Parts: sequence; structure tokens; C-alpha cells
Amino acid sequence: MRVPLPLPALAAAARAAGALSRVAGAGGGTTLPGKLLWKLDPGAVSKLAGRLPQGVAVLSATNGKTTTAAMTAAILEPRARLAHNSAGANLVSGVASTLLAANGAELGLFEVDEAALPEVTRLVRPRVLCLSNLFRDQLDRYGELELIAERWRSLVRQLPEEVRLVVNGDDPQLGALVAERPGAVVFGVDDPSQARSGGLQHAADSKHCVRCGAPYTFHAAYVGHLGDYECPACGHRRPPLELAARSIELHGLDGASFDLHAPEGTQRIRLRLPGLYNVYNALAAAALSRALGASLDEIAAGLERFAAAFGRFERIAIGDRRLLMLLIKNPAGANEAIRTLVAGGGPSLALVALNDAIADGKDVSWIWDVDFEPLLDGLGRVVVTGDRAAELALRFKYAGFDPGAIEVLPDLEQGLDRALAATPAGGELVLLPTYTAMLALRRIVSRRGHVPQYWQAA
Amino acid sequence: MKIVVGHLYPEYLNIYADRGNIAVLARRAAWRGHELEVRPISAGAAIEPGVHDLLYIGGGQDREQALVAHDLAGKRDQVLAAAAGGAAVLAVCGGYQLLGRFYRFADGEELPGVGLFPLHTIAGERRMIGDVLLEVELEPDERRTIAGFENHAGRTKLDEGAEPLGRVVAGFGNDGESGAEGCRVGRALGTYLHGPLLPRNPWLADWLLAQALAHRSGGEPPSFAELDDGLEREAHAVSARRARARGGR
Repeated sequence: MRVPLPLPALAAAARAAGALSRVAGAGGGTTLPGKLLWKLDPGAVSKLAGRLPQGVAVLSATNGKTTTAAMTAAILEPRARLAHNSAGANLVSGVASTLLAANGAELGLFEVDEAALPEVTRLVRPRVLCLSNLFRDQLDRYGELELIAERWRSLVRQLPEEVRLVVNGDDPQLGALVAERPGAVVFGVDDPSQARSGGLQHAADSKHCVRCGAPYTFHAAYVGHLGDYECPACGHRRPPLELAARSIELHGLDGASFDLHAPEGTQRIRLRLPGLYNVYNALAAAALSRALGASLDEIAAGLERFAAAFGRFERIAIGDRRLLMLLIKNPAGANEAIRTLVAGGGPSLALVALNDAIADGKDVSWIWDVDFEPLLDGLGRVVVTGDRAAELALRFKYAGFDPGAIEVLPDLEQGLDRALAATPAGGELVLLPTYTAMLALRRIVSRRGHVPQYWQAA
Repeated sequence: MKIVVGHLYPEYLNIYADRGNIAVLARRAAWRGHELEVRPISAGAAIEPGVHDLLYIGGGQDREQALVAHDLAGKRDQVLAAAAGGAAVLAVCGGYQLLGRFYRFADGEELPGVGLFPLHTIAGERRMIGDVLLEVELEPDERRTIAGFENHAGRTKLDEGAEPLGRVVAGFGNDGESGAEGCRVGRALGTYLHGPLLPRNPWLADWLLAQALAHRSGGEPPSFAELDDGLEREAHAVSARRARARGGR
């Protein structure tokens, strides 16, 4: 039998465990306190969330969760003290840890793992729920895309009346939710000049009508299967957009800007992050913040201030060289990172890191669905590293890249040093790591004194 | 020589990096002075007799698989004729299931299959996910290993006397209990293994290419000169290690 401790005592014990984990060098301790709290009293998460005077906002997506949440935080920080899982710990344990650490917070802002979303939503009872995209991700962990989509559909059906739902209408799976939830806020891109010229890319997922199975006609495909779709057979189409990005300009690796159209007006948004996928992230952050009461002026100011979430287009100075880190974790996200790099000129040297821990996906076949090919034209040399470096080497070899120009160094530190040594002084090294490789590489450069530990930076 | 590959439903069944398999076939053919031409065979299109030296069908999510099952069942005689005429076949995951006799869902509903492979598949509760290592003997006394990744809920049961592709050294295989993985009928191979399958098992790609060339020439499968497969061996070793660490079934 379990004897329940009072919440403050539980919370104190769990926090102490997190501090101990950091001191012991076991990592950021971003999930340990939450795991303990969860074990000691499963009801504590709801109680802690219930104490936030301005309530909780939750967002989920396959791609862009961390960046979107960080953008939303930049918009909302002047308005409220946030409890925000900014280090990306997005399972129940991470949310619980954040709640524990957030003394005096007024508003909860949580990015949540796709599979964990139903449970977290049930526990923290958000005011606003933002669903931003669904791509094929780590099939070994989640089963299949359709399974997640079905869980989300049933979650939306069971949402209490008062919860505001915010969805990306450009994703057919999410756009279809609007039929079940009148009053949902729909956002999307409305700028055919930014549509992909070749139509849908190889890794596009929701190519067939969610209602009848016929192939969609895409009037415009922007990122993967996100776009302006219409089913020629049954007529299912993108719902009308309440918030839209128009007149988009992409400025290479330096940023992007667009007009944010809302019923109350239009505001030019200037982002310091590049790429169309970050326009989507900014749109989601804008729609979410607006549902929480932010004005268009506040949204524009917050997004303009925002630089980068850790590991996502993050620049780190290492002596007289710079590291440009772009997290890759699934085909759609990686394709956009590569598309953005190529638009900015494309690197002549790249360091690519592939691990296969649970958080990376134990099934590495996804790298074959990534369009690395556009990168190869300008690339003279690639250093592959991580536990599955050899598999990456094969990906490049069978893409037609000269095997003699591929260096295989499974040890991350050796891979990093080799690539840095090949980077000219004053130059920038492009690094494309999977999730745990990103954390480990960040730990290496932080140990050398180049970046703050992420749990301190956040 | 030109090798014509018929890729069945590439727009629907492409989930487990099937284009990695195609890329490996294309490059390894080219390195031997052959040209691989890949022709998509979409829903509604017919498989013209004798044209394809190799038929390839990949995996899809349940939804996509259901969409193509009925179209494929309509091509039943064409697929059987191609295989009987000596064309090589590689079917991976969902495509492997669909080339069996039928796939039965938990509620009893059935998707029709082609019946090239003497087997059927029944949906299971728990997905079987992880690295797999097989021992195979496609040619007498040539023992080889195949390393790959499996992710399937279906339990595939081979008919009495049917020949599996290989014996499971580590992983689940067809059904998690028989110790068998995949199925072989002459030059037709079906398997749950992706990863993708061919980059880290280049000898298997070469075997398929040789069978396809035999179909084209009407003669015996040629033997190829060795290539530098150092990277492939390394990737195979890592995958095999993962499977062994995972242990038996």
C-alpha cells in the first residue's frame, strides 16, 4: 500500500533528486524529478497544473514542437511567468518536472510528444490545444502515422467544450478535425509562389484523401504534404484559414518574413530563423499565442526577438570557427533543413551524425527517405559519425557520392574534431545531428567551454 | 545488359525506405556495366507479360496497403505469370503480406492476396519491432546472413512444406514463434526485413540482379566480380550486433 505524502513534501523530494542528478553528472535532470513525482503520486501533476492561475497551453506536432513552443514563449513572456519545458523533455515526466521547478509561474506552456498527448492533455487540462503537423517519424516507436492520427481524433472528440482547438489546416489529417470541432482556429500558408515546383516530395505522407482514399490534388504543396489540398472524388479540402501567412520572403540562411493575416488586421512578421518550415512554426506560435490573448503587435515583437531553440539552427562559436547545428529527426524535418541550407548556398563540408537510441528511432531506415541529394552538388567532403555512421556512409555512397570523400568516424568527439580541423579558420561547419547525437555533441562543446549547459541556458 | 524493374505502387507502398533498395540495385548493376530501368506499375495499369526482369513491391502503412490490395488481387494472374516465366521478385513487409494468400484483420475482415507465396497473415495484438539477424542458404552450401529491421503486427504462417527465406538467429521473424522468416519460391523472395534490406546485405542485391539477368538472357545467372563492400560490411556488422544484443525471440 502506498502512503500518500503531502504535495509540497513530494515536490521537494523530487526536486532534490533532480539536483542530485546534475551534481552527479548524470545529465540535466530534466525528467528525473517528474518521474519520481509521477511514481509517488500520479495525481500530483494535475494538482500542480491546476494551480497555474492562467491555466495551461499544450502543443504537439511531429516537427517543430520545440521551436514553436520557444517562439510562443518569446511572445508570451512579457505577459506572464511561464512554466515551459524548454529543454524538450516532452513526456509526462518532463511536464511534471517543469511544473515542479516552476515556482510562481502563472501560465503553463508545454510541448508534448505525439504519443503522450492524450495522457498529458487528460492530466493538465489545457485551455488551448494546438496541433501543428503529423509526419512519418519513428515508426519503430509509434507504430504508424495512422495510429497517432486516430488517437488525436479521439482526443479531439473527447475535448471538453471550453478548450480552444488550434490546428494547421494545411495538414489534411488535422484539417479534417475542423469538421468535428466547429470554432477551431485554423492556420495555414496562403502563398502559391512558395509552392514546391516538383509537387509532392518523396517522403510526403498524407497524399490520399483522409475520407475516401483518392489521391489529393494539391493546388500548392509547401512542406511535405502540408499545403492547399482538395480531393477530386469527394471534395474534402483545406478548411478556410483564419490566420494565414502571405507574401512570404525567404532570405537564405538569414531569416524569413511574411504577412500575418488575421480577421483583426495584418502584421509583417520578421523571423531570424530561415526556411518555410519556420514560417509554419511561427504561424503555429502566433495562432496559439493569439488564442491565449496576445495581440498581433505582441506576436510580431515576440517573433522578431526570437533567435533559436537549442540545437535547432543554433550557431555556436568554437574558437575562430562556428558550428551551425540543424537537428534532423525524420524525413520531412531533414528535407526542410537541407532545402534551407541549399537555398543559403550549400556547404562544401558537412558533419552528419546518426544515433539509434530510442529518442532517435531505433529504425534508421528513415535516412533513405531523406532527400540528401540536393546537398551533394556543392559538397566536397562529408564526415559521418554516431553509432550508425556506417549506415549514413551507405546512404551517401548509393546517392552517387564519391566513397573516397566520405569519412566514417563513429565516435562523436572524433567526428567533430575531424570536421572542425577540415573547416577553414573563420568558417562555419554545418552539423546535422539526430536528437541524442545533438545532445552529446552539445555536451562535448559545452565541456570545452563554448556553450552553456542547456538546462542553464533555458 | 538492360534490366527492367517493375516497381509496384511506388506512390502507395514506399514507407520503409524502399527507394534505398532500388538505389542499391541500380548502382550495383551500373558498376557491372548493366543498366537498371525502373518502371512504375500503378493502380489500374497492367503488368505486360515478359517485360520485367524483377518485380519489386514495398511496404506501406495499413491504410495504403488496403487501398492497393484489391487492385493487386486483380493483377493476380499477371504476377503469377511473371514469376512462372522466371522473373525475380522482391517483396518487403506489406508487399510480402499481399503476395501471400490473404491478410486477415482482427475483426475477421480479409484483404485478398495474390497467392504467389504459400502463406497467409493474421493481424496480431502486439507489433514485432526491432533488429533481426537471419541465416540463409539461397544456393546450396552458400550460407549467408541477412541483417535488417522488422516492424509488423501481422503474424505470417507458412503453409506446410513452404520454404522460408531464412532461419531467425535473433528477432521475431514471420510469427515470433516458428523461427522462420520470409518465404522463397524460386526466384521470388518475400521478407519483413527493411532497414532498408539491400544496402547492408549487398550479396542479396547481387543475387537478385543475377536472377534478373538470367531472366533477361534466358541463360544461367551470371557470377559477378567482387566490389569493395567495406562500408556495407561495417553497416551489416552494426545491425547484426544490435540484433544479437536484442537476443532471441
